Amino acid sequence: MHGFWGRFSKNKSAVLGLFILCLVIFLAAIANWIYPDDPFRLAGKPMSIPGTNGFLLGSDTLGRDVASGIAHGAKTSMLIGLLATVAAVFIGIIFGALAGYYGGIIDDALMRITEIFQTIPSFVFAILLVAIMKPSIESIVIAITVVSWPAVARLVRGEFLSLKTREFVQACHTLGMSDSRIMIREILPNCLSPVIVIGSLMVATAILIESGLAFLGLGDPNIMSWGFQIGAGRTMLRSAWWVCTFPGIAILITVLAINLVGEGLNDAFNPRLRERN
Amino acid sequence: MNRSAKILRYVIRRLIQAIPIILAIIVLNFFLLNMAEGDAVDVLAGEAGSATPEYMAELRAKFGLDQPLPVQLLVYLKNIVSLDLGYSFRHDMPVSILIVDRFWPTLLLMVSTIILAIGFGILLGLLAATNLNTWKDAVISVFALITYATPLFWVGLMMIVVFSINLRWFPTSGMENIAAFYEGFDRFVDITHHLVLPTITLSLFYLALYTRLMRASMLEQYGQDYVVTARAKGLPERRITFGHVLRNALLPVVTMAGVQVGALIGGSVIVESVFAWPGLGMLAFESLFARDLNLLLGIFLISSVLVVVVNLIVDIIYCFLDPRIEIS
Amino acid sequence: MGLLPAPHVHVEKGSIDFNGEEITTTSFERLREIRGNEISMIFQEPMTALNPVMTIGKQIDEIFRYHSQLSPKERTNKSTQLLSDVHLPDPSRILNAYPHELSGGQRQRSMIAMALAMDPKILIADEPTTALDVTTQAQILKLIKEMQEVHKTGVLFITHDFGVVADIADRVAVMQQGEIMEAGRVDEVLNTPKHPYTQSLIAAIPKLKPRTARTRSEETILEAKGINKTFGGGKSFLGFGKSVNAVKAVRKVSFDLRRGETLGIVGESGSGKSTLARCIIRLIQSDAGEILLDGVDLMQLNRNSMRLVRSKIQMVFQDPFASLNPRIKVGDIIAQGPEIQGLTKVEAEGRARELISIVGLDDKAYNRFPHEFSGGQRQRIGIARSLAVKPEILIADEPVSALDVSIQAQILNLLDQIRTQMNLAMIFITHDLRVAAQVCDRLAVMRYGEVVEAGSTSELFASPQHDYTQSLLAAVPGKAWQEGVFTN
Repeated sequence: MHGFWGRFSKNKSAVLGLFILCLVIFLAAIANWIYPDDPFRLAGKPMSIPGTNGFLLGSDTLGRDVASGIAHGAKTSMLIGLLATVAAVFIGIIFGALAGYYGGIIDDALMRITEIFQTIPSFVFAILLVAIMKPSIESIVIAITVVSWPAVARLVRGEFLSLKTREFVQACHTLGMSDSRIMIREILPNCLSPVIVIGSLMVATAILIESGLAFLGLGDPNIMSWGFQIGAGRTMLRSAWWVCTFPGIAILITVLAINLVGEGLNDAFNPRLRERN
Repeated sequence: MNRSAKILRYVIRRLIQAIPIILAIIVLNFFLLNMAEGDAVDVLAGEAGSATPEYMAELRAKFGLDQPLPVQLLVYLKNIVSLDLGYSFRHDMPVSILIVDRFWPTLLLMVSTIILAIGFGILLGLLAATNLNTWKDAVISVFALITYATPLFWVGLMMIVVFSINLRWFPTSGMENIAAFYEGFDRFVDITHHLVLPTITLSLFYLALYTRLMRASMLEQYGQDYVVTARAKGLPERRITFGHVLRNALLPVVTMAGVQVGALIGGSVIVESVFAWPGLGMLAFESLFARDLNLLLGIFLISSVLVVVVNLIVDIIYCFLDPRIEIS
Repeated sequence: MGLLPAPHVHVEKGSIDFNGEEITTTSFERLREIRGNEISMIFQEPMTALNPVMTIGKQIDEIFRYHSQLSPKERTNKSTQLLSDVHLPDPSRILNAYPHELSGGQRQRSMIAMALAMDPKILIADEPTTALDVTTQAQILKLIKEMQEVHKTGVLFITHDFGVVADIADRVAVMQQGEIMEAGRVDEVLNTPKHPYTQSLIAAIPKLKPRTARTRSEETILEAKGINKTFGGGKSFLGFGKSVNAVKAVRKVSFDLRRGETLGIVGESGSGKSTLARCIIRLIQSDAGEILLDGVDLMQLNRNSMRLVRSKIQMVFQDPFASLNPRIKVGDIIAQGPEIQGLTKVEAEGRARELISIVGLDDKAYNRFPHEFSGGQRQRIGIARSLAVKPEILIADEPVSALDVSIQAQILNLLDQIRTQMNLAMIFITHDLRVAAQVCDRLAVMRYGEVVEAGSTSELFASPQHDYTQSLLAAVPGKAWQEGVFTN
């Protein structure tokens, strides 16, 4: 792995992204410690300008602390982003691997399903799912997973399709190796790098979808989230610009950092894939 | 058979292929409707305030809600085919009429966004790729990277803060100044004026996407053997860039444009609700608050159909751009 | 030609003198005038060297547009003339065709037409026939010679194949690691090489002389009867109806293989030889026929019972880079087979280490990953893997075609030595008659999925019966030189 880190660290912006991402995760981890109170609680004078009344980033119309909301929102974003991505990657790998390896009916069925998912506007679908299931952290994770897994499945299917015709897999067949062992031990490790890359980028997308849902009022009503803060602050855009501005910057920086890391991973993985040229 | 006849056949075949997809979406829609807690009768009863169980059972029988699921599904399919998307109890209007009303503003917003995003995306990507590793490339790449990570609704709000509230250049919301009763050209100018901020907001993300894609695609094509051939033929660099590389590099951008239409509709829900643009997205936002599921599902269905249509158009454009596509 | 990607690669020093003009320091504009006009170039892979979304006609037309003042009509006429000069059938159709609609040979002909458009003084040909089949290669070489006559062009022909050198060159320069080792008239360099590198290269060229046949064993170990395989092609719309583009890859192929002998299957790309190999080892399910291994029909076995006899037939693959899993250590790659056959981990490891030394690798290889090895070494690992389960039959699918000539010879020797040592029967698949001559006792020549001729190697070479065998033999590059008749 030494060589991998060496290639990754050559990409300066990726290292910067990783650093920012670590900061955000750190913020999420210590949120309960630095702001032990409920972020929905009225913490002081409403509409305080940043830096006044003990509010680092100001307060909103109800006197909620924007900074506290951002810290707790980091927790929500990270949690939802990771959970949804892990679930989507897991489902995607299973479907993609089976479809790519066995082909035939399984593959046809999968391709039809992904075609439909490609057609459905995914954000509208997510809105619909959350609206039907009632907004909660579970329903949000499920909705994001449902709209995200087909991309992983398509990727994994493609990798399996090309890898299964590789000669090393044929060699395994001639040795009489079982299908499950070929899939898990031989093919899967070879397609993990693109999956990791797409997975890291999916965390960013998941955070964006979550904030969009929360902005539209489809967030979990009991959990603070950046999108909710912006949605709640938009009515006072004229008088209290900071309520919308800072959570937005938090989303921007986090998503940017994850994208940078994803690109860095991509660059670091690719020389190995291109080695033969 | 000549090429245009082939393309016609291809279009017809693609149209037929779209049918099962639309059917599947309708079925999905039906199940989502059934997944939701409570049915139309519960909603009606809730509206009325009180209703006896007998009256509710009667209503259910009237709407066919007491039938087994498969029968309901068939009835639902039949309704959809006859363009009956159900009834919005909240607006007291058939869903289809509501949707047709709100369709044109959304189409206007989307078309202007696509033109802006693809046009400038291609231009900026081209500029970045032909000025590789210069300050132009760096500025464009950083711009693309940042806009790619910015949530749409936040961009919209910041646009309003800067350009509407502080600079007062553009109106904050709506599609036209209804109180002014503009007509003809004045109305056109007014709508265009309202259109600027929503379009820029919605297109920024896609602009970033196409810029990055175009740049990467151009660079990839520059590395191909045929470019070496073209140089060996003694062609000037301009000719190589515009005559050879550009057309090949456009292919993935066109594909992506088709893929992204669905996401664009999702984005328009957000942008329309930020700018109170009276389109389908705004309607969806309203129905969300009013818990008007029939309407929401209708919008979902129509937007899916819209994506199918746009994808078909993109595929046809692709046929003309890439002769390798097997269309027979 | 100044085509190297600036600024990373550039000519460090030295000079290139072209008609009294210094090219390394000339202006970019002047260089552009020279390119395509006075010096032109053709490349190895005509598919990627042509722009896929532009018609052949337009790509030729461009040269006239930028190097001459001809009117559009004159340009079209000249383009058509060029295409018919390189013996392309129906030039006006090809003018409007896209590269993917032509065959490999046709594409290379179009490239040549394009390169000769302005009657250049020099034509640089960079491995122009490497991606082509032997018979097509022979035709293209003939065409280049003919064009050279007609246009009075100097040709700088770059190739790795001494046979091709013998056929086309007047003078030759041998390069190693960026330096010219030896240069001179082609007959001198090839017949009496002075530099040791040239000597070793020429010594490693497989001779087109069949090996002395060994006595055939009486014991038949594998028999194939009437094997058929058709590929479905693309499914039609929605999966209904008959499938279109069905390709008959293998048609009614029968042969028998005796213990200890090597059967060569030769043919050009698309002849179905690799498909046949995969049918025999049941990587692909053939449509009809019998494959009798020690009297048992493999076709009748289900997956589980097939697994038990898997170890008896093993395969060595073509691509030493694709045939080893990059994520698994070499030792484990070799030990996997014996482990599946039921050996314990320790026993399997012992077997793997033993084989690593048999194929001539260092014991340290055991704990390394495949990417740490060269192509030839990887091929040795592949051979070790297949031998680890003690097979009776080894199918080698183009095992040396991805390797350099000098390494080819080593791997062929290794295979030969192992075959004798273990008394293996071998099916050797190759497109290269020179290689086949070296290792095979018997040959089967395939075309379009059919065996057109079969027999002992020496008989087949001495008196080929079928037209196709004759043309294959005639197309072998450097044949005249190897037979000692230089016509240059």
